[in-house]
Amino acid sequence: MKAKRLVKLFAVIFAIALTAAACGGGDSTATSTSECGSDLAVAKGDSVTDLSVALVAPSAKDDVAFTQSMVDSLTRLGIEPQITDGTFVVEEAAAAIRGYAEDGVNIIIAHGTQYGGSLAEIAPDFPETSFIWGTASDNQGLDNVFAYFPEADQGGYVNGVIAASLSDNIGLVGPVEAGDAVAYIEGFIKGAEANGASTSAVYTGSFSDVALATTTAQAHADNGVGVLTGTSQSAVGAVNVATANDIPWFGTQSNTEAWSSDLTVASQVYHWDVVLADMITKIESGTLGGEAMALTLENGGLVMEFNGCYDLSADAKSAAEAAIADIIAGEIATK
Amino acid sequence: MSQFFTVSVLLATLATAIRFAVPYLLAALGETIGQRSGVLNLGVDGIMLLGGFGAYYTVLETQSHLAGIGVGIAVGLFMGIVYAYVTVFLHAEQGISGIGIFLFGLGFSDLLFQELVGTPKPIKPLPTLDKLPGVGGIFEPLIDIPVVGELLFDHNLLTYFALLLVPFVTWLLMKTTFGMNVRAVGENPQAADSLGVSVAKTRFIAILIGSSLAGLAGATLSLQLAIFQHNLTNGLGFIAVALVYFGAWQPRWVLAGALLYGLVTATRIRWQSLDIIPQSASDIAAMAPAIITILALVLLASRVRGPAALTKPFSRH
Amino acid sequence: MKRLTAGFVPLAAALLAFVFGAIMILALGANPVDGLAAMIDGAFGTSDRVAATAVRATPLLLVGAGITIAFRASVINIGGEGQIIAGALLSTAVALWIPGTPKILLIPIVILAGLIGGGIWGAIPGVLKAYASVNEILSTIMLNIVAIQLMNYLLRGPMIDPVEVGTSRIPQTQRLTDNAAFPTLIEGSRLHLGVPIAVIAAIIVYIILFRTPLGFRLRAVGHNPDAARAAGISVERNIVSALGLSGALSGLAGVILVFGSESLRLVTDGGSAGFTGSAGFNGIVAALFGGLHPLWTIPSSFLFGSLLTGATELQRELQIPNALAIALNGLIVLFVVSSDKVRTFLNERLDRSLKGDS
Repeated sequence: MKAKRLVKLFAVIFAIALTAAACGGGDSTATSTSECGSDLAVAKGDSVTDLSVALVAPSAKDDVAFTQSMVDSLTRLGIEPQITDGTFVVEEAAAAIRGYAEDGVNIIIAHGTQYGGSLAEIAPDFPETSFIWGTASDNQGLDNVFAYFPEADQGGYVNGVIAASLSDNIGLVGPVEAGDAVAYIEGFIKGAEANGASTSAVYTGSFSDVALATTTAQAHADNGVGVLTGTSQSAVGAVNVATANDIPWFGTQSNTEAWSSDLTVASQVYHWDVVLADMITKIESGTLGGEAMALTLENGGLVMEFNGCYDLSADAKSAAEAAIADIIAGEIATK
Repeated sequence: MSQFFTVSVLLATLATAIRFAVPYLLAALGETIGQRSGVLNLGVDGIMLLGGFGAYYTVLETQSHLAGIGVGIAVGLFMGIVYAYVTVFLHAEQGISGIGIFLFGLGFSDLLFQELVGTPKPIKPLPTLDKLPGVGGIFEPLIDIPVVGELLFDHNLLTYFALLLVPFVTWLLMKTTFGMNVRAVGENPQAADSLGVSVAKTRFIAILIGSSLAGLAGATLSLQLAIFQHNLTNGLGFIAVALVYFGAWQPRWVLAGALLYGLVTATRIRWQSLDIIPQSASDIAAMAPAIITILALVLLASRVRGPAALTKPFSRH
Repeated sequence: MKRLTAGFVPLAAALLAFVFGAIMILALGANPVDGLAAMIDGAFGTSDRVAATAVRATPLLLVGAGITIAFRASVINIGGEGQIIAGALLSTAVALWIPGTPKILLIPIVILAGLIGGGIWGAIPGVLKAYASVNEILSTIMLNIVAIQLMNYLLRGPMIDPVEVGTSRIPQTQRLTDNAAFPTLIEGSRLHLGVPIAVIAAIIVYIILFRTPLGFRLRAVGHNPDAARAAGISVERNIVSALGLSGALSGLAGVILVFGSESLRLVTDGGSAGFTGSAGFNGIVAALFGGLHPLWTIPSSFLFGSLLTGATELQRELQIPNALAIALNGLIVLFVVSSDKVRTFLNERLDRSLKGDS
């Protein structure tokens, strides 16, 4: 008898949980308004193409990091792609990429370096389909693959320059020591150390382990750092430590004001749309790939977004702008 | 190296270790009670994920930590009812049912997070003693006490709750009738049954307490980190189960295990941040907590016997 | 008649889980019929997709077959993830070391290396349990962590693709030579040698468990260690064997995940799931659904493989997160393990009604 009642209870609670899930289902716009009233929502641009586009990405489409930067970029181009996100299992991603190709999607964006190996096997099977893959600095010699990569060290350097004006002791929280993460961290260290700050960088070994990123940032804070920065979707843990200890924060990939509207000083934001627009133009004229394109400060693919809510000194800002100009002019080596 | 051995760095590392250990401790204490009654729950990680999400989402919506903690416990309690029903009344294999609970929690918490939240939005962190509304002022000077101030007072209330739970669980298991029943049904359910102790009821309650604590552990984790994310626990619940074996089903040794695990982890990260461990060796260093836990068990507690009826379903016929 | 309920009850449990799945899909604002159609299409829609499903099922089958050995010997092996990684690491290292070896030799060699790697990783908790009384749940969990970090270390250091060193430093090995790739069985399809290997492995496990003295001893130890000991069987040695064999099969799954993958290399994202796809856990589910019988684990793995490929399609077509599939896996486990009592009840009813008839 008791058992029956329990089953009923289970069913009822379960139904409530499901209803809750259903009611909240519409809330997927991945933005929040910062305290100073600036809306971080990316405005949808006029559609640049009639070709169908699909996106396969390793983390969530609204991760305030790597994957969101791509979704935002597509939005700016007026493109609403079909999305398979959260596919950190490479074989699953490969299945999704192949599936889109079989469906006849024109352009498939494989937004993860680790997908490269699978792409090299899939792309030749679908010569009519164009694949866009990154971050990667070469297209593996495939005619129907475009590759893209951010020169993340450039924005890292600029962030480092500003950071050095705020503190002479800086803590960095990296995920896995690879790809754009390591470029960003090393560029940041170069910029900071060139301006007299000392730095300590720790890679947690995981793109997603928030607890580890939090503990790492806490260790930095206990060591007395005056500035924190970090990259990957796990960086949200480090941002929270910055908030709790009132330590200025520098973001990268996407604008991290969504995480910390008060303490984010500046973010290097990836505007993939700059190279994507280029690629799409080429695809429409019949060139399906064969090239790698870089995001740089010069071509507008990397944008330093300053937080209006953070009161940055004019000196620091002009030092940053000078650094940007020098990097573009090739007078500062950020690597 | 010298940098590490300054008193302040050592104490800060210890403080981090305590913070790190709290979710492990809560989950492992809960698991201890369950296992003492003869029920292995491998689903702790899944319950923590669900409890952690419930707490996070509640705080996000209501701004109330108390409500969040309540929801975390309630979610744990609910999953406990499911688990207890399946293992105690339906006599399902415990290890496997636990894997089922784990997988369900892993998937369902992620599903709810993606549908209800999406973008990981930080919530306001759990206040440490000095930041408690109203009474915070009392603790502020205490934290400034040299040497031990930060170590003893720079924590949130859940930390103290978890630590107080250690003697409480010991008392509950060793000194109360309920505890005696729990140990009896864990050791020899037939004998306990013949003495008129309801095996099913005792195990049911033990599981509910354990799961509620697992839910609370998840809530503690997400509120301490002030965030939720896919697979937030990253296997923490499994380590908590392992710590029960490490602690030989004794709350005080479970505490020792949780602190050891937290300390080794905190030390590794601290050493990395001070460049004592080079980046190239960081992965090797990350093995340390796991290896030390195994070795400690090999050396210290190799002949401890667990509850005799652990994982064995009981039925009268 | 008992056989009938034996098959019927797990199926009913799975069906019940799918009903919950349908409710969830409905709650997420999609049509469950479309959802089911998308899943079936994703898993079986084209011959290529059937092949992909079989490939996805392969590691589940191997891990699951290993699990049947461990569980029959009453040891709980939740170290599948670590054992997969150990097998993958050793076999990949061997393949990198002797790249020029002809395919006909290289493939058996890497398979052997994977069996050994996984076997060692499984035998360690066996030895710890048998000779130092360290509970295998604790040691297998901890060894999963060690294996993940070992993989991260090796792929960032000694085994990293030389091309990556100066550039983006992705923690991955170089692409293995083509003579290391598992040959495909049908031209242009993804169906590769790993699939029949896994099926054969499951059959061998069946033979070992039920047709050899070793299997008899393993089951005897699992059934009643005291009686087994009294009969002169070494409980210790058989615990090591059970976990070692179980680990070896998971290690073989690791080999297939590397040498049968599209990318033909080992790559880590810092955790285990990115490489294993959680096969170490899902394999347990498959084994359970197959009633802890190695042969029944074959169709059972295929079913769960189709759930995984179906979920990918579900996400692609209806934007339903594939976390749903993981939650469903969990529910299926719960319903199936719960069904024993239901089965007993049904059998009693059947017996009674049959008696009534006669």
